Amino acid sequence: MSESTRPALDVDAIRERLAGESGPRYWRSLEEIAQTPEFRDFLAHEFPENADQWGDAFNRRRFLQLMGASFALAGLSACARQPAESIVPYADAPEGLVAGRPLFFATMLPWRGHAIGVLAESHMGRPTKIEGNPDHPASLGSTDVFAQASILQLYDPERSRVVTRDGTIATWDELSSALATALEGERIRRGAGLRVLTGTVTSPTLAAQIRTLVSDFPGARWHRWEGVPRDNVRAGSRMAFGADLEPQYRFDRADVVVSLGGDFLAGEPGSIRWARDFSSLRRVRAGTTRMSRVFAAECSPGLAGAAADHRVAVAPSGLLPLARALAAAVDGASSMGLAPAAEGWVAAAARGLAGAPARGLVVAGESAPAHVHAIAHFLNGRLGNSGSTVVYTEPAEADPVLHAESIAELARDMAAGRVESLVILGGNPVYTAPADLDFRGKLSKVPFTVHLSLEEDETSEWCHWHVPQAHPLESWGDGRAFDGTVSIQQPLIAPLFGGKSAHELVAALSGEPDRSSHEIVKEHWSKERPAGFDAFWKKALRDGLVPDTALPARAATGRAPASVAAAPPAGGGLEISFAPDPSVWDGEWANNGWLQELPKPLTKLTWDNAALMSPGTAKRLGVTDEDVVELSAGGRTVKAAVWRLPGHPDDCVTAHLGYGRTRVGSVGRAAGFDAFALRTSSNLGYAQGVVLRKTGGRHRLACTQIHHSMEGRALVRLATLDEFRKNPGFAREMEEQPAVGDSLYPEIKDEHYSWGMAIDLSTCIGCNACVVACQAENNIPVVGRKQVLAGREMHWIRIDRYYSGDPDNPVPHFEPVTCMHCEKAPCEVVCPVGATIHSTEGLNEMIYNRCVGTRYCSNNCPYKVRRFNFLQYNDTKSPSLKLLRNPNVTVRSRGVMEKCSYCVQRIVAGRIEAENQDRAIRDGEVVTACQQACPARAISFGDIADRGSEVAHWKGEPHNYGLLTELNTRPRTTYLAKVRNT
Amino acid sequence: VSDEPRSTAGAPVLEPGHTYRSVSDKISSIVLARRTPKEWFIGAAISFSLLMLLLYAVGYLFLRGVGIWGINQPVGWGFAIINFVWWVGIGHAGTLISAILLLLRQEWRTSINRFAEAMTLFAVACAGLFPLLHLGRPWLAYWLFPYPDTMGLWPQFRSPLVWDVFAVSTYATVSLLFWFVGLLPDLATLRDRARRRLAKVVYGILAMGWRGSATHWHRYETAYLLLAGLATPLVVSVHTVVSFDFAIGLLPGWHTTIFPPYFVAGAIYSGFAMVLTLSIPLRAFYGLEDFITMRHLENMAKILIATGLIVAYGYGTEIFMSWYSANNFEWYLTMNRAFGPYWPSYWALILCNIAIPQLLWLRRIRTNTVMLWVIAIVVNVGMWLERYVIVVVSLHRDFLPSSWGTYHGTRWDWATYVGSIGLFLSLLFLFIRFLPVISIAEMRMLVSEKEDQGS
Repeated sequence: MSESTRPALDVDAIRERLAGESGPRYWRSLEEIAQTPEFRDFLAHEFPENADQWGDAFNRRRFLQLMGASFALAGLSACARQPAESIVPYADAPEGLVAGRPLFFATMLPWRGHAIGVLAESHMGRPTKIEGNPDHPASLGSTDVFAQASILQLYDPERSRVVTRDGTIATWDELSSALATALEGERIRRGAGLRVLTGTVTSPTLAAQIRTLVSDFPGARWHRWEGVPRDNVRAGSRMAFGADLEPQYRFDRADVVVSLGGDFLAGEPGSIRWARDFSSLRRVRAGTTRMSRVFAAECSPGLAGAAADHRVAVAPSGLLPLARALAAAVDGASSMGLAPAAEGWVAAAARGLAGAPARGLVVAGESAPAHVHAIAHFLNGRLGNSGSTVVYTEPAEADPVLHAESIAELARDMAAGRVESLVILGGNPVYTAPADLDFRGKLSKVPFTVHLSLEEDETSEWCHWHVPQAHPLESWGDGRAFDGTVSIQQPLIAPLFGGKSAHELVAALSGEPDRSSHEIVKEHWSKERPAGFDAFWKKALRDGLVPDTALPARAATGRAPASVAAAPPAGGGLEISFAPDPSVWDGEWANNGWLQELPKPLTKLTWDNAALMSPGTAKRLGVTDEDVVELSAGGRTVKAAVWRLPGHPDDCVTAHLGYGRTRVGSVGRAAGFDAFALRTSSNLGYAQGVVLRKTGGRHRLACTQIHHSMEGRALVRLATLDEFRKNPGFAREMEEQPAVGDSLYPEIKDEHYSWGMAIDLSTCIGCNACVVACQAENNIPVVGRKQVLAGREMHWIRIDRYYSGDPDNPVPHFEPVTCMHCEKAPCEVVCPVGATIHSTEGLNEMIYNRCVGTRYCSNNCPYKVRRFNFLQYNDTKSPSLKLLRNPNVTVRSRGVMEKCSYCVQRIVAGRIEAENQDRAIRDGEVVTACQQACPARAISFGDIADRGSEVAHWKGEPHNYGLLTELNTRPRTTYLAKVRNT
Repeated sequence: VSDEPRSTAGAPVLEPGHTYRSVSDKISSIVLARRTPKEWFIGAAISFSLLMLLLYAVGYLFLRGVGIWGINQPVGWGFAIINFVWWVGIGHAGTLISAILLLLRQEWRTSINRFAEAMTLFAVACAGLFPLLHLGRPWLAYWLFPYPDTMGLWPQFRSPLVWDVFAVSTYATVSLLFWFVGLLPDLATLRDRARRRLAKVVYGILAMGWRGSATHWHRYETAYLLLAGLATPLVVSVHTVVSFDFAIGLLPGWHTTIFPPYFVAGAIYSGFAMVLTLSIPLRAFYGLEDFITMRHLENMAKILIATGLIVAYGYGTEIFMSWYSANNFEWYLTMNRAFGPYWPSYWALILCNIAIPQLLWLRRIRTNTVMLWVIAIVVNVGMWLERYVIVVVSLHRDFLPSSWGTYHGTRWDWATYVGSIGLFLSLLFLFIRFLPVISIAEMRMLVSEKEDQGS
């Protein structure tokens, strides 16, 4: 809630004005009221001023009053709705549309401005699921958590639905005329007061539109800002090459990878692709003699560190000395004056790189300081990696700038009163801008501000105009992938809430408010590709990409890094590292329940961020998990709950960004603390001299895995590559497996198919994509923080995380656990009503409508993969969420057990397809949702009775093992033991 | 209420000086003649309030679902199953007293059997409630019964929960019949002695035309004996089947063959503790010391020691086997019970079930009704904790440490539990007020036997 001090109109007063009105008169009266400033103010707040004062004394009369007001609002928003553009005309059924059979459309989703090629599954005109586009270089058929969750973002019932002016409902036409008026003035000033603020733009069309706008108004400026910008990459490249170049890594060629800071496996525009390439050299099969060797230096433990053979924990300020030491060690220096652990790591990494000329790769993470990037570029050039494991291209971003500088310049101009009109296309700068800029305060000095966004956020609240944005699945557009490949974004559904795209808003700025994004994008490309445009357009839409648009490699050699004086060590206090959150990123995804409830890869926390610190530091400071502490830096203070994270560097705190949102839907409200409040423009990566003070308060954190140790049990079975080569069958020797027939119950013989799954623990990077994919595919409900605290999360696939080794720098192990589909399933014998039974294809099936909910099956499941609807978890009321559901999967009600089904609906679809063609289901034809999403290709599924199938090959590997086989469960999901270099 | 310590081994089970008339008068007067004491109203008011709490808790449960309880993943069963096992166990003493002691011709059972049988019935009623309430979809509970379904669906007979349905429903039926048949002569006595019209009619209908003819008595004796024979295996079978709910599961702490005997012993242990808990105040309030004599109490105390030691042996065997099996999971469980997060409940159970009842070796304690009553309550608490440890502590940490969790009963769990005690007490108060708490007919037989011995 904002702390507005303006006089407020309460519900009583509105009611008074409406009293005595009815029918048509009612409407007119409401419109009259809507003109008053008080009423606008009333509308600006999601809840009326005195809603919180009512408390428990919520009586019938008050209720009716509120209902009256809501009813009136509902009427108004209905008036503002645009006539829908029909995309799938059902009068003439589109070619290929068979009722009940999904269609797949190739399109793209922007990730931090960069395109991720996807295939959107559409059921009768409504998109329900996102899959990766196998042809697209940024996806290769895989996705990450955000791409998966974007489908929920589309249907979020709390997306904004109407254009507002000062919180009052307005129309697009009114905005257009307001824009025209504003630009009339600008035309005289040659645009000196016009500013456009966007995030990263790779869209050729949007970039062209904005460039045209800026050329029409030469005084106008195009500013860029993202909550987590890639400034270090840009600045590092400028340092090394004197130009903006984007490194394109080829992890599939890199025998030695040295990662300096950040996390190349998560969140970068190329991460999905890199994870695939990376895992290809981490895959171990019988006879494998080599795998890539990975060195990672990182602050807060992340996916890259977890995947590394050699990891060193280093605070952000220690990264540059470490990188320098590495460069020196490559040159032959022996002692670097670092801590012993770091010293050893540097020496080993240098040896590794030297031993693999042109096959090594030094990667600087986005969060690493620019100098570290420059050193990485220099080392790659020096070691001959440049041109082999890394090539350089122009950035995919149009007109790249340093975002921090750009937003600071804008803030300066706003403060100086030079900005008359500010148009913000997406993003949430009021929340994400560096705290020292006081963006919010300066924003209110701008006379005319327009904000385009999916939801009403902090920035919308402080702008004059808010325009609901059309979701990428609702609008036309285009974009470039990390390597420059162009994709056309095509809508799957007409805008649900009448949103506008950035293209349309910029067109309105150019005086063409009625142009649709379809026209704009198509016209741009028809100019670009005049020859054979129709064929080009059709092919681009069908393939989801424009071939041969990847940016060409440029020869570049990194300069030897200039020596900079090492930053003076901070005088006391802690260091705080600001990192994007693995689930909600910079807060953009805060209202997404799937992501909020997604256990973060290492901490397994949901619904909150925390002040992460090493157990040693927590002990020194006298704090423990869930203690609320006050963190102050530079006069700014936030309150955060502590969470101890093994492997975190000492005397340093990591704060994930994206939480503590103040103006957000009900999902993201009151979750976590706002780390942006401590982040200043001087250093977006970290701050030093932070003072931590105990408050004595406690805040419970909803963690899905409390226990970290394997307790000496053979759960994740681990060997070094050498051990594996000596004894490939090591994993099976770790547990007894009773013989077939050692059971009182008769064997069930499979007919036709024997479905089974194998998961490769060496390649699993723990990215969580499978978890969200499963949630999207199988209509799995979100239960909320309190229910997670009670231990009732519903995920059908979970990623268990265990630690081994040195408690100060442990090795994390990820183990995805699905239903094992045991051949001798303990759950089946104990169900009193036969609601879980064995199919003749080896599936352990759950019959929802037969389940009475004794939960005996769950108690008797040694893997604890069954999930129970303790309450009515599925939201069956919100209309937009009804569109979200996969129609082939039952929506479960309360009191019913559920669990992984191996995506039985996909098996059935495959069977129907095969039977229609009078053939058997082919290997690879049925793909489970988790398998499909996995960027590391760590999951294989198929018919294990078919000796030629991929999964049968995996299961034939010597290091294939089942979990808890001594219980004679005979699991159908098995694991390929984890093999590392160390 | 205190008695001088003295040997009760050969003491009478009926104090001397009683005649047919005095026995009938004294017992039937509780129902028919005496003014209902103020204490009854206070006790009944409390019990009925707790019953209302149960109705409230169950109403909210049906409205929202079992999620109002503390159960979760991995602890899928909580208070409901604990209470179920606890109540079923309590019932066992009644059946043991009525059936086995009858067949063994232990005449000291006579004055407490009626009361114990009623207790059995009410305990089974409470127990029967919980499996129903704990279902995710309780309105489909009838699917656990083998009924002619149009789709040809049957229960899944391999599941111990189905066995439970049969075991408990048989038990409830036989207990009800046994109790009712035993009541017939007394109901007739009440009918004959009742002065108010309504009482005459109601008791008359319930007495089913009993006239006390020799044929009636002959058939009555035969039927009673047969029912006793039927009920005898149930003493062993019901709790054996209940123990299968756990023993059939593969969870460490559940999957053990010691469970059936150890559960039966535990059931009788808790049942006798409950008989003592209820009969000691009852005999004091209604002046029934002549009928429920010190010998009764002492005998029950001895049974407590015996069954308590069997239970202790069971605990010992569990610990030994988990070590002897050399199974990592089993040993972890044993350690986790004693030293894990739930250690207080484990040690409290040892204290309540093993340590404190050893005081009963002392006759001074056995014959001190206050001490006996306190120890009986301690055993009741201990047996509840035992089930808590078996259900919750086994579930909360099983095979995969990633799934480990914690469990705590919520206010709704407690409300349902306390409410079920309210249901039990309400039924008991109604029973005390409207039916003879001691079998008049059997007591008269004791008088006649004494007269025979005397002459």
